[in-house]
Order: sequence, then structure tokens, then C-alpha cells
Amino acid sequence: MATTTPSRRGVPDRTSKVRSGAGAGTGTGRRRGPGLRRDRLSVQNGPGWLFSTPFLVLFLTFMAVPIIATFLMSFTEFELRNVADPFSAEFIGLENYTRLFEDEKFLTSLFNTFYFVVLGVPLTVGAGLFAAVLLNRGVGRMRTVFRVGFYAPVVTSIVAVAVVWRFVLDPADGLISGLASEVGLKSPDFLGSNVLAMPSLIVMAVWRNLGTAMVLFLAGLQGIPTEVREAARLDGAGIWQEFRSITVPLLRPTMLYVSVMTTIGFLNVFEEPFVMTEGGPDNSTLTVSLDMYKEGFSYFHMGYASSMAYVLFTIILAVTLLQLRLLKDKTK
Amino acid sequence: MIVMIAPFLWMALSAFKSEKDLGASPTVWIPDEWTLIHFEKLVKLLDIGAHFFNSTLVAVVVTVCNLVFCSMLGYALAKLNFAGKRPVFALVMCALMVPGNLMLMPMFVMVSKMGLIDSYAALILPFAAGAFGVFLMRQFMTAIPDELLEAARIDGAGEWFIFWRIAMPLVKPALATLAIFTFLQSWNNFLWPLVATNDADKYTLPVALATFAIDPTKTNGSNGVLMAGAFLVVLPVLLVFILLQRYFTQGIATAGLK
Repeated sequence: MATTTPSRRGVPDRTSKVRSGAGAGTGTGRRRGPGLRRDRLSVQNGPGWLFSTPFLVLFLTFMAVPIIATFLMSFTEFELRNVADPFSAEFIGLENYTRLFEDEKFLTSLFNTFYFVVLGVPLTVGAGLFAAVLLNRGVGRMRTVFRVGFYAPVVTSIVAVAVVWRFVLDPADGLISGLASEVGLKSPDFLGSNVLAMPSLIVMAVWRNLGTAMVLFLAGLQGIPTEVREAARLDGAGIWQEFRSITVPLLRPTMLYVSVMTTIGFLNVFEEPFVMTEGGPDNSTLTVSLDMYKEGFSYFHMGYASSMAYVLFTIILAVTLLQLRLLKDKTK
Repeated sequence: MIVMIAPFLWMALSAFKSEKDLGASPTVWIPDEWTLIHFEKLVKLLDIGAHFFNSTLVAVVVTVCNLVFCSMLGYALAKLNFAGKRPVFALVMCALMVPGNLMLMPMFVMVSKMGLIDSYAALILPFAAGAFGVFLMRQFMTAIPDELLEAARIDGAGEWFIFWRIAMPLVKPALATLAIFTFLQSWNNFLWPLVATNDADKYTLPVALATFAIDPTKTNGSNGVLMAGAFLVVLPVLLVFILLQRYFTQGIATAGLK
């Protein structure tokens, strides 16, 4: 059915002359009675599905099928040779999953990912909120400059950004070592140190992501009616008090959204360690996503890598639900 | 603020520094002598033009596809009533939450089975319809008054005509936002193009830069060449962003709050 021309009952269907032969109007007259939602819209299955199909076809092929396939693959010994004939993969049940939790490398990557999230998310959300409050307090005509400054790291390619930061942190002739030597200090080899490599990546991630948090907080702040603020000020609230008892509670929904999105993003961290450290030194910056990529595409243990993907997915889901719960409860 | 832009400034300036200034201590910010030598070396090492073309082509096609397909479904979800509408909407919402990395392995298997590795199709098709776009377009399409569409229907306009000629022009700001978003996302996309291309001819700009940055023998350890590369990757995006930043921040704010 290519085109449908639904018309209201009683209204002459003028198109029938012009478009004779095109699909007859389906779903006319099936208007629901009052009291039902959406009684304004008539049921139009034809156009409805027509408009949905392109998206759904692409979506099912490139998203739904792979999601299910990852799940199935995670129970098989899927190697390079199986790529040509996916159905030849050997079914091994839960073996991939049990192996994962004895795999020291994977446990390290899990630890590193949590380390990254636990330090990185609060810093990003905090810095984003701080920047938004400052910006909202009137930087006047500088606003655009600030917005661009804070947001530029977000829109630029993470690969380019990582390359730049590698140079900034370079112990020989990087930016920081140069600044350190001016005050007579020696810069440590940030990315070459087991202890410092991960914190360095975290600092970079905060720098990169706080712009997103800031923009969202800024939008939230602008949604707070000025009367509320003025009332608080008249009641003698100081800046800190106003922030604590007005801004923070009213920003809760934004805060919830920002922390959930940042956490999901940070749990997936891949590019930063990939370009900056390749997971080293001594796997100290190996994250789950990077480990998965290496297992899947460097060693071609794709079944095993699929089980990693699902463990990560489960963690993301659990953490998201937990966050939604924790933060929702507080608002009550 | 200074901390925020320092790395960019440092990069931009370093790209034009001579080797002597790059290694100088104390740090030299403004180059003593400006030089294009790093860009010349870079062009010899990487086919920048081709990678630039790949990134642009992929980003443009992905953007156009998303604008059309996501608006279509967004329109259907907002303004049409059809059996299966709720499950379709639920599907879109679920898709918003699934991390992209999850699908990496089977997608690779699938794309190799289809013989699409190293093709533009492999870089475009998986991103041609994103759930975020549907969500955004649905939000904006909902705001169009039903009466307007109903009037057009009475006048005998077909649903496609109504969508294309009435609904789409009304959501132009949303389309602009989605376009910028999708374009930048595609331009900066890294993991999938890395996996889906083996042939250097088909590398997108970030993939080319990354493979090049990871192997120090290619640059003889010269940071100048790397900075020149990063500069070329960042510059166009930054310019687009500065010109259109109003739409951009508005888009995030709208999408984030609803």
C-alpha cells in the first residue's frame, strides 16, 4: 500500500479522483471514543509501517541481530577460522564465562575500568557543575568564548586529543615537563609509570567530558526560576546556602541524567588507553573494552571477547539501574 | 579556562615549530621560526587528501540517511497511530542504552560475510539509522499541532506529502541539531572504522592518525609531525563547531532534558 488518504467520516474524499488506484484509505472511521488517549489520531497502519520500515530494517540488521549474535557467540569457541563459516563454531556452554573470572588479565581490566569510573565520574560531574554555576553567574559577553572553550574537547576527535595529550605529558619535551623544569622540578614519566598512567588518563577524560556535563547543567540551571533564587537571597541565604538548598535539589534530574550518561561512557572507555598507552605499562591501563578489542581482533578469540562484551553490558545495566534507584530515592 | 584550551594552543603552535623549538627547555610557546616542514612530512607519510575524503563522504552520507530515516520514524511515532507503535518505540528506547561496543564482533563477522570489509558501505550502513535521532525527532514532531496535519489530510494530501512538505520544514532547527551531531559523531568515530578497514586507502582520518601515532618508527619519533596531523583532524571540526555552537549546545540541552 503506497499511499493512503484517510479522510474523516462524512468529508468527501477529494483525492479519490486524483489518486485513483493508490491504496484506499485504511483505518478511517476507527476513531476511538472519548476518554481514550490519542483519540485525535486515526489508526493508519499503512503509512505508520511505511515510515518505520527503513529505520527498522537497518536497525534490525545492524543492531538487533548483532546483539543476539554476540550473546550466542559468547557460548562458543569462535576463532578466526570460524569467520568464514560462523556456524562451525564449537558450542562450549559457560566455559568462556568461567574462564573470564580466572583470567588475571581480565580481572585487572575490570579493576582498571572501575578505578577509571570511580575517580573519573565524580570529578567530571563535579567540575561540570562548577563550570556551569560559574558560567551562569554571568561572565557576560565572554559566555560564548567560555562555552566554546569548555566544549571544544568534546567535539574533537578523541584520537587527535589523545595524540596531543601524549605530547603534553611527554617526559622529555612535553608541556608539563617544560613547565616543571622552569620551577626546577623534574617531570615524572606519566604514561610510563604503573602508578601514574591511569590517573593521567583520568585527568584527560575529565578534561574531555566536563563540557558535556557543563552544557547539561547550564540548561538545567536556566530552568530554575529566578524568583526562587531571589526569594532565597531575601531570606538571607549566602551563595553556598543558595547552592546547597536551591541549586542542588532543583538540579537533581539533570544530575541524574549526567551521572548516568557519564558512567555509561566511562565504563566503555576504549580510545584513551588505546592511543595513549595501549593498555600498558604492565596492563595498568588495560580496560575491559580494550581487553575485549585485543582478544577479539588481535588474537581472534571472538567467542571469548563476546563473553567479555556481555559481562561489561551486564555491569553497565546493573550500575545504571542502581544509580537510577539511588538518585531517585533521594529526591523523595 | 586556560587549562581547557592550553592543549589545543600547544598543539596548534607546536605544529609550526622547528625541531629545535620542540625540544627546547624551557618550553617555547611561540615558535622562533614558523615552519611548514611537519605538514610537508605528513603529506609524504599519509595520503591526507584520501583520508579526508573518506571521512567527509562517510559523514555526509551517514548524516543524510539519519536525517531522513530518523525523521520518518519520528514522525510515525509522534503523529501516526499504527498497530505496533508501542513496541517500536520501546525498541528505540532500549537501543539508546546499548553500548556500541557490544555488537563489535558479530558485526565484523557479518560485514566480512557480506564481503563489505574495506567498503564505504561497511562504514555507512551500521550508522545510517540511530536511535538517538529517532528520539530527538519524535520530541520535535510531537510539538506540531495535529490540526495542521489533519487539515492537510482533509485537503487530500498524502501522508508522504504531509511529512515532506509540512512536518519537515517545521522541524528545521531539530534537523540542524541532528545534522551537526551526526556529522561530528561520524567524523570522530574510531573503533568501527578501525575494525572494518584493513586497506589504508579506506582509512578515515582518525584511523589513519591513530595507526600512524601508535607506530613511532613512522614518524621517527617526531612530535611535530603528530601535532600537524592532530591539527588537521581537529581544525575543520572545531571551525564547524564554533560557527554552529548555538545549535549544538541547544541540541544537547533539549535532548538531555526530555
